[in-house]
Amino acid sequence: MIGAILREAWKSMGANKLRTFLTMLGMVIGVGAVILMLAIGQGAQYVVKQAIASMGSNLFIVLSSFSTTSGVRSGTGQAPTLTINDARALLELNTVAEVAPMQPGSRQIVYGAANWNTQVYGVTPGYFTVREWAVVDGDPISETDVRNATRVAILGQTVLDRLFGDEPAVGKTIRLENIPFTVAGVLDRKGQSFDGRDQDDTVLIPLTTAQRKVFGSQFPNSVRMIMVQAVSESAMAQAEEDINRLLRERRRTPEGQEPDFTVRNLSAVADVQAQTTKVMSLLLGAVACVSLVVGGIGIMNIMLVSVTERTREIGIRMAIGARRRDILAQFLLEAIIVSVLGCVIGVALGVGGALLASRLTSIYTEVTAWSVLLSFAVATLIGVFFGFYPARKAAWLKPIEALRYQ
Amino acid sequence: MATSPDGVVVGIEHLYKQYETAAGPVPVLKDVNLEIRRGEFVAIMGPSGSGKSTFMNILGCLDTPTRGRYVLDGHDTSALGSDDLARLRNRFIGFVFQGFNLLPRASLLENVALPLIYAGTPRRERSERARELLERVGLSRHVEHHPSQISGGQQQRVAIARALANRPSLLLADEPTGNLDTATSHEIMGLFTRLNAEAGITVVLVTHEHDVARFAQREVTFVDGIVTHDGPVRAVDEIAR
Repeated sequence: MIGAILREAWKSMGANKLRTFLTMLGMVIGVGAVILMLAIGQGAQYVVKQAIASMGSNLFIVLSSFSTTSGVRSGTGQAPTLTINDARALLELNTVAEVAPMQPGSRQIVYGAANWNTQVYGVTPGYFTVREWAVVDGDPISETDVRNATRVAILGQTVLDRLFGDEPAVGKTIRLENIPFTVAGVLDRKGQSFDGRDQDDTVLIPLTTAQRKVFGSQFPNSVRMIMVQAVSESAMAQAEEDINRLLRERRRTPEGQEPDFTVRNLSAVADVQAQTTKVMSLLLGAVACVSLVVGGIGIMNIMLVSVTERTREIGIRMAIGARRRDILAQFLLEAIIVSVLGCVIGVALGVGGALLASRLTSIYTEVTAWSVLLSFAVATLIGVFFGFYPARKAAWLKPIEALRYQ
Repeated sequence: MATSPDGVVVGIEHLYKQYETAAGPVPVLKDVNLEIRRGEFVAIMGPSGSGKSTFMNILGCLDTPTRGRYVLDGHDTSALGSDDLARLRNRFIGFVFQGFNLLPRASLLENVALPLIYAGTPRRERSERARELLERVGLSRHVEHHPSQISGGQQQRVAIARALANRPSLLLADEPTGNLDTATSHEIMGLFTRLNAEAGITVVLVTHEHDVARFAQREVTFVDGIVTHDGPVRAVDEIAR
């Protein structure tokens, strides 16, 4: 019985191919859009997740505050109020696992005929632990390097590419501010940070070398920032409190007065970023869903026309013995077939579009099984929902009136 | 379903039908009593507006009476819902319409097999039965054709084959020759006569043409919703008198 009704539905769709195709097109575009948008959203979420993972875990960043010189206020991190001693003191805290005092600056690097402007960081060995960043070739910066302010440099992958290409770099000499540095090692590839920076575009040198020889601060012990890693995720809140208390004590900052440093929870910042991406992805999906609904309305519209056109056929079927549910099933099945078939084509187009998007542009896309399943479920539901009213209208026709219809 | 043991296919008692209009109820059938036995060939006649079409619709279970009893082959139809009426139409009644009413997109075979689908007959059996019926009406060579590819007379033969699909107790023909020329009309009426005489199929024919009615054995005439004649088929000059 169902088989026969299915064949009937298929045949009546085939009888008006252009119309069926156009009706289906609404679903094709709707489902295609949903799949593509969800793929883009998923891709963005994946990229953010990767970036967050690459940052290191349970991190705080302590920045020196702004300074005021003749009424001009510099930005956060510009005042020389944090010192290497602050970092040492922070490491003594129970809730702190590791610290990494840093002094950053943008500098031109020269190797032979090639040169490249990059972010130079003066760091201590703690940096590699805090950032969970391995040296794949050569050696990281050691305590000895920091103590003796040696002229060694660790290159990020981007800098390596720009200056050396395929040439081996370890042991070579590069120039920074006209000072020769020996390349001691090469960092593993990190990729994009969660705020979109290329983390591999960097050169690391010992903190002391940076302070004394490269950036030449008038406050020799000052650092721009200190990265602090808490012992665990659950200790984050306690660690934040401890850091604030300790640094205030060291400065004798009175209660209620704004301190000359800022503590930022990087994980919280990352969470916000992840949340934003998620919302964006949901929003994209919602917009695409609107086109699905429009597709559904298209189906309903055509089904209503079809019921009117086939009133006489419905009358004949009823006279011959079709019950209301037989007529209902016939028209409902037609609507479902159109929407599910449209869905199949839409999924194919959406997946193809997603693949094409990641191939041709820098957008990373990820098609998930659940988005495909969701599309099929929604398409069937739309078929039932928008097909039901026309089908009911057909099934509730009075046999004599339907037969008399010209 | 059991059939009536006493051979009464149609038993109608005190049947009334009225339509509700804005101006009040309009009576169409007034106290109709009629009994049709198995194997009869009845022509229902009457001018337009006489109520014969309404009577035909009630007889075919397409419409229900306002009052009165209609027993179709042992089944009282008075209290039935739309699904039960659909089943009665499917099993006990074969319709033949003036406009043939075949499905244009279906082949002749599919058209004839349609009532079998709604009866729940398995696919293979449907196809066999439909072929057999098409052969019986002389169209065995056209099974895969579509209605538009054959003549009106042939289309009406297909409609008759379709009406016979579920071996109905009653063949209801509503002006079956209205769209056909005289020669073809006679051919179709010949087919009805043969089915009635050879297979003992009960035929009820609605027509306003005496030329067509004379193929029947019994004539029931409606005027203003009342049966004014129920007896042997009369000639035209007989009525005028």
